[in-house]
This record gives sequence, C-alpha cells and structure tokens, in this order.
Amino acid sequence: MTARERVAGTVANYVDERTGAAKWMKKNLTKVFPDHWSFLLGEVALYSFIILLLSGTFLTFWFDPSQREVLYDGAYEPLKGLHMSAAYASALHISFEVRGGLLMRQIHHWAALIFMAAIVVHLMRVYFTGAFRKPREFNWIIGVGLLTLGIVEGFLGYSLPDDLLSGTGIRIAEAIIQALPVVGTYIAFFAFGGAFPGEAFIPRIFTVHVLLLPGIFLALITVHLMLVWYQKHTQWPGPGRTEKNVVGYPLMPAYMAKAGGFFFIVFGVTAFLGAVASINPIWLYGPYNPGQISAGSQPDWYMGWLDGLVRMSPPIELHILNHTVPLNILIPALIVPGIIFTGLALYPFIESWITGDKREHHLLDRPRNVPNRTALGAMSLTFMLVALINGGNDIIATNFHLGINQIMWFSRIAIFVLPPIAFVVTKRICLSLQRADRELVLHGRETGRLMMLPHGEFVEVHEPISPELAWKLTAHEQAPALALEDVDARRVRRAGAFRNKLRKRISQANAESIAKPTLNDLKEIEHH
Amino acid sequence: MSNEIEAIKDPGLPAHVHRKADTDPVAEKRAERQVAILFLISALGTVLFIYSYYFISEDAFFFFPILGDTNAHQLFLGLGLAIALFFIGAAAIHWAKTLMPDEEVIAMRHTMRSDDEDRDALVSTVKERAGAAGLGRRSLIKRSMGLSLGLIGLSPLVLLRDLGPLPKDDLTKTSWAAGTRLVTDPGDRPIRPEDLEVGAVAQVQPKLRPDQERTLNDIGKDAVLLIRIRPEEFQLSPERLSWTHDGIIAFSKICSHMGCAVALYEQSTKHLLCPCHQSTFDVPRAAKVIFGPAARPLPQLAITVDAEGYLIAQKPFSEPVGPSFWERSS
Repeated sequence: MTARERVAGTVANYVDERTGAAKWMKKNLTKVFPDHWSFLLGEVALYSFIILLLSGTFLTFWFDPSQREVLYDGAYEPLKGLHMSAAYASALHISFEVRGGLLMRQIHHWAALIFMAAIVVHLMRVYFTGAFRKPREFNWIIGVGLLTLGIVEGFLGYSLPDDLLSGTGIRIAEAIIQALPVVGTYIAFFAFGGAFPGEAFIPRIFTVHVLLLPGIFLALITVHLMLVWYQKHTQWPGPGRTEKNVVGYPLMPAYMAKAGGFFFIVFGVTAFLGAVASINPIWLYGPYNPGQISAGSQPDWYMGWLDGLVRMSPPIELHILNHTVPLNILIPALIVPGIIFTGLALYPFIESWITGDKREHHLLDRPRNVPNRTALGAMSLTFMLVALINGGNDIIATNFHLGINQIMWFSRIAIFVLPPIAFVVTKRICLSLQRADRELVLHGRETGRLMMLPHGEFVEVHEPISPELAWKLTAHEQAPALALEDVDARRVRRAGAFRNKLRKRISQANAESIAKPTLNDLKEIEHH
Repeated sequence: MSNEIEAIKDPGLPAHVHRKADTDPVAEKRAERQVAILFLISALGTVLFIYSYYFISEDAFFFFPILGDTNAHQLFLGLGLAIALFFIGAAAIHWAKTLMPDEEVIAMRHTMRSDDEDRDALVSTVKERAGAAGLGRRSLIKRSMGLSLGLIGLSPLVLLRDLGPLPKDDLTKTSWAAGTRLVTDPGDRPIRPEDLEVGAVAQVQPKLRPDQERTLNDIGKDAVLLIRIRPEEFQLSPERLSWTHDGIIAFSKICSHMGCAVALYEQSTKHLLCPCHQSTFDVPRAAKVIFGPAARPLPQLAITVDAEGYLIAQKPFSEPVGPSFWERSS
C-alpha cells in the first residue's frame, strides 16, 4: 500500500464511519449515463447557473442597491456632476474603477442570456423527444417553473443598475401591475412603497434577485437533478437499448471528466464573451429619469416576445361604471402568457389523456415518428417567434428601412396565420421523413454508382443498410387509434360525449403514419 | 412463409471498437502529451490574467480589428480568464475521450412503482398511525387546527401592509395648478411663447415653490411636452382650442399606455411616437391615437400666458396622466 493509498483509506474510513457513504458511493460511482449531444443542453443551463452565482456574488461586494440620490464623481467623465441613484453610481463604479468589474458584469449578463437560452433549447429537446412522458412529469413541471422564474430573475437583474433603459422596463412592469382590476393600484403602491418610481423598489428587488429567487432556484435544481439521478436518464433508441435498460458510460471516470470539463468549457466561452462582446453598456444610457427615454428601448431576448405581444395589441380598453380595464395590457401581458405557461406545464397530462398511454417511457421518440406533437411544437415556436420579431419591430424597421406600421400589421396577421401553417407543414415533413426511413430500410442506401443492365437500362446500385441502422429506424411503436365508442352497448350516448369525440379525433390524427417496414416486407423484396 | 407480421430484430449492442490509444503505446503517449499541453495552455492563461490585472493600465486603449478601440486591461484580463477556464475543460474532455475507459456498459432499470407488498404495508401503516392519533375521530381538534392554521396564514399579509401607503388620489393629482408657470427641463427657466418657433418641441415642468425640490416621482407625473405648430393646422373642438396658446399645445409626456416618456416627435407629420410600444399620437387632433396599442389620447394641459407674458397652466390636468388603472373614471 502506498502512502497515498493509506491517507485516502484513512479519510474514507473517517467519513464512512460517520455517514455510511461507502455503500451509496460504490453503487453510484459506476452509475451509467447515456451519451448524446442533446443531453448537454441541460448541463449548459446548470453550469451557467453556477457561473451566475459566482459572478453575481462578486458584483454584490460593490453594488449599492439604493435609490438615494447622489452626485456622480467617478471615473467616467461624461456623467460627472450628474445626479443619479446610488445604484447607478455603484454600477458605474464596478464598470470603471473595480479591476475586472466590467468583465464580471459582462460575464454575469452573458451567463444570464445563455442560462435562459439553454433552458429554452433544453425544453425543446425534452418536448420534441417525448422525454417528459411518465415517469418524468414532475421534472417537466419543475422545468417549466425554472423557465418562468428565470424570466423574472433575468428581468429583475437587468433592472437593478437603474439606468435609463432598465428604469423604462420597471415603468412598464409597474403599468402591468397597475392594470390589474380592483387590486392593481394597491399592489403597485405596496410594491413601490408609494407612487412610481419611489425609492423602495430597487432595494426590494435586490433582495428578491440575490436571495429569494436564487434560493428557490437552488432548491428546484436540486430536486430536478435528484430525479434525473433516481429515475436514470432517458436514451435514444438503438441496438441493444430497451425500455428496461440504460446503455452508456459509467460516472467514474469518463463521464465525470467530460461533465466537469464541460463546465470549464461553458465558463471559458462565457468569459470570452465577457471579454470581447460588450453587453448592456449602462454608461451610454444615463441615469433613469421618468421624463426621458432612449429610442430603440429593448428588453433582453427572453422578454422580447412579451413586449412584442404588448406592441401588437389592438387599442382596446373597457370603461365600466367609472372603472377602467385596460385590455390592451391585460390580454397580451398577463392572460396570453398565463395560458401559454399553463398549457406548457400541463402538456404531459394532456398528451397521456389523448393517447391513453399510462406506461413508463425511457426510450426517446424521434420527432418525425410523432408528427402531431412535433407539429404542435413547431406551431407554438412559430407563435413565439412572430411575437419576438414584433418585439424588435423598431430595430427591424430602422435596419431594413421598413415602416413600423407594416411590421406591426404583418405581426398582427401572422400571429394567427403562420402557426397553423407551421403545423401543417411540419406534419407533412414528418410523414415524408417517415417515408424516407421506410425507403432506406427496404431498398438500402443510394450509392451513386450507376450500372448498365445487359439490355441497356441504367440503374443505381443500392447498398443494404446495417442491421443496427435498420433497427434504429424501426424500433418505434406505431399505436393504432383508440377505439372509443360514442354510444354504449344499449345505443345510449355515453356521458362526456364531446370530450370523447375530441379525444377520438385527436387519437385518429395521431395514428396517421407511414407503416414502418417489417421483416415480411424485407423478405418479400428479396423474393422479387 | 408465415403470414404473421414480424418486426425487424434488435441486433444487440455492437462490438466495442478499440481506440488507437488503447492498443498503440505511441498513440497513448501522444494523447498524454496533448492533454498535458492543453493543461499548460490553461496555466499560461492564468499568467496572462494575473499580468493584465497588475501591469496593464486601466486607461490603455488600442485598436483591435472587428472590436474597434478596445480597453487593453479589460480585454486581456478577460481573454486570460477565458483561456485558463476553456483549456482546463478541453484537457479534461480530451483525456476522457482518448485515455479513459470508453466501453459502453448496460445497467438495468427498475420501474418506479413500488412492490404491491410495500404499497399495502404503507397504506396499513398510515391508516394505523393516523388512527392512533385519532385524526378521523377528533373533529373538534381538526376544526380548531384548521382555523388556527388558516388564520396564521393571514399574518404575513398583515405584516406586508406597511410596504407602502394606500394610493388615495396620488395617481389622479399632479403638481399642475391654475397659474403654475411652465419652466424648461433642464434649466428651470420660465418660457415665453416667442421662445418656441413653429415646429419646435420643448420639455417643461411645473415651476415649484422655492421650498420644494423636484423628485423623480414628480417628473413621472408632471412632465409635459410643448409643441408649436401653425394655429390654422389645429383640428380641435372650441374648448380644446381654448386650451392652446398661439399654436402652442401642451400634452402630458407620460404615455397613456404604459407610462414611457413619449419623446419622439416627427415634425413633418406632426406625430408623437412612444418608443416603447410605438403608440402614435396625432398632435393637431389633440393627440388622438392613430396607431399602436394605446387606447387613449395623451392628456392635454390647458395653457395661456400670464401678465408678464410667460406661459402658465390655466388649470390642472382634467384627467389622470399615465397608464390606466382600475379606479380611473374616464
């Protein structure tokens, strides 16, 4: 036994006698993780969160979350002698006088953008591959919660410096609160400690931004990861992979090294962006003043769709019995997002209700093999994309020399017209891809080699594909439509006939597919 | 040939293919060297980071292609950090991919569902324990507990009451009163009609008493835009026309949609545009909304001149300024 082994043994013994960790560690150090690039997306989100904690902690050492008015006397000449809040002055101090401060501010902001982007792309991966199905519905809901909180946390974060741009964002948030019927004015006055802007809001959202929400994030992320660990990761279909097993690399050492290394890669890329790509240059905006504004006011990208919906809203407001209900704010800023996020959270349950499938699923779906789900996803993304584009309509108008009214009217129409088109097109593409898979399995790969037959006809030589690929392309299930009768045995309409009919219709649509090739098909071709 | 449909068979996990470094000692040595070099590049990155922190002046700017004029301190500090971090990751991953075991293994899954035996045991345990506590029987305790837990839930709400004052009439009142002089913002100088040429725009605030100081809260409600056009271009009701003075019309600068500053005035079309959501207001028609999500025109401030020829307000705003709220009556 070497000296090093002896020391390690002593330490391990000390810990195990107090925790009994050896048994758990023995089992889990060899835990198997399936490998695929798309499984890294959630990791990017996790690592950006750690980067946010580290860089954010650094920023709090100098940031003064106070709206007390101060006279700026710092290093940035153009703003010298101006009245501003202590929050803005300290954000300038971090940017210009603390060495590495600007770098950390930019890393923090880039990490926040990457965090949100990674969450969204991770969500898309989970959605399009059906990874949310039983037993992973809880994790889906936690994920939707993290996405929602991430949007709030990001908004609060970029509101803290109290510059002209972020103050305008807070102004809009206040208008949304104030728009709530009955309680809006009261909630707004409680949140802001009086009328807008007051001096209470930034200190308050600071506590929420650095303590309350990060705490909730930590708790939710911990549960999210523990469930992934306990339920074991999903895997792509392929040779040797079944619903009952998990094929991949053991945690120690390869997976550990790859995942740990990937953290440094993500951190390195974020630091590179922080070094070379300027983001949120608050010194150019000036201190917040409710009577001023800069043209081209834009939120961060994950809020852009919301702003786009508000921008395209028609000018409708209800005036009833001496009360005002601003539907032009309530519908785009609260009701539509509420429907979107509720629908998102409930999706696994809706799908399982329609398919009647209550089994566990650990093999992922290839998106083409579930055309309706994929098409629904494409439809939702199209909706969000139109909203996002309209959120930048002023920027698009200036850069492409278009009229702002044209873009607005395009968006107002496109938000209703394009999503259904996206649905139909995506579904057709999925079915065509299924057809291509079938062709590939039955007739093999096109080699590009032409051959002349004795009677002069030219044919292309096809090469049979490997049994592994053939299996991968045919491993999915093709469930028939549910047999749901409208009437019972005594010819009486069943209770809930409408729901029944709806479910039947969707189930029939789900069953529409290109029959996957079977051994019988292959044998038949051999006979010819 | 039977007529039964047979699915294509799972060929099973393919045989493991060894990497070059697994079999060739030369390749193994090479991979080892590559990993070490990647780690060394990271170390150099940290050296660059420390050097930049201490020895590159914070005021040192230089021209860098694509980036333009760049602060050398910030750039090299960041690049040093990026290199230091990235190459640790690259080294670890290269190590894992070339030298660590890469054989895929199979582990079995277990259904999440517990055995029936365990589930039944749980149900009977819960029933037995709960029965022993008498939860089902002691309805007096149950109800009083519900009451006390429900009431204690209210206490945070009570405690939060002091977060802010009640709105009262705060949203409906501004500092404007009959006779309040209009002063420039910035500058706080009173203005005469002749200070504004046709086509000009000015931001004004109400003149404060000497003992008052203008806060951001005041500006958030009081900010007013003065616009001068030719008087014959107005398309106003007689009452609204009497609120203008010599072609000068005054509107609240706070957008009636979501409260942003309506700051963009297009002289040729006489449109005011809010940069937040592009609500567009037509100045000659009392800021009528002609495009965008805003549902109400900007409130108009009635102005005139005093004996000394300075612009003053005839009276306060006749409606609340800024975004809509429940208690707003018009």
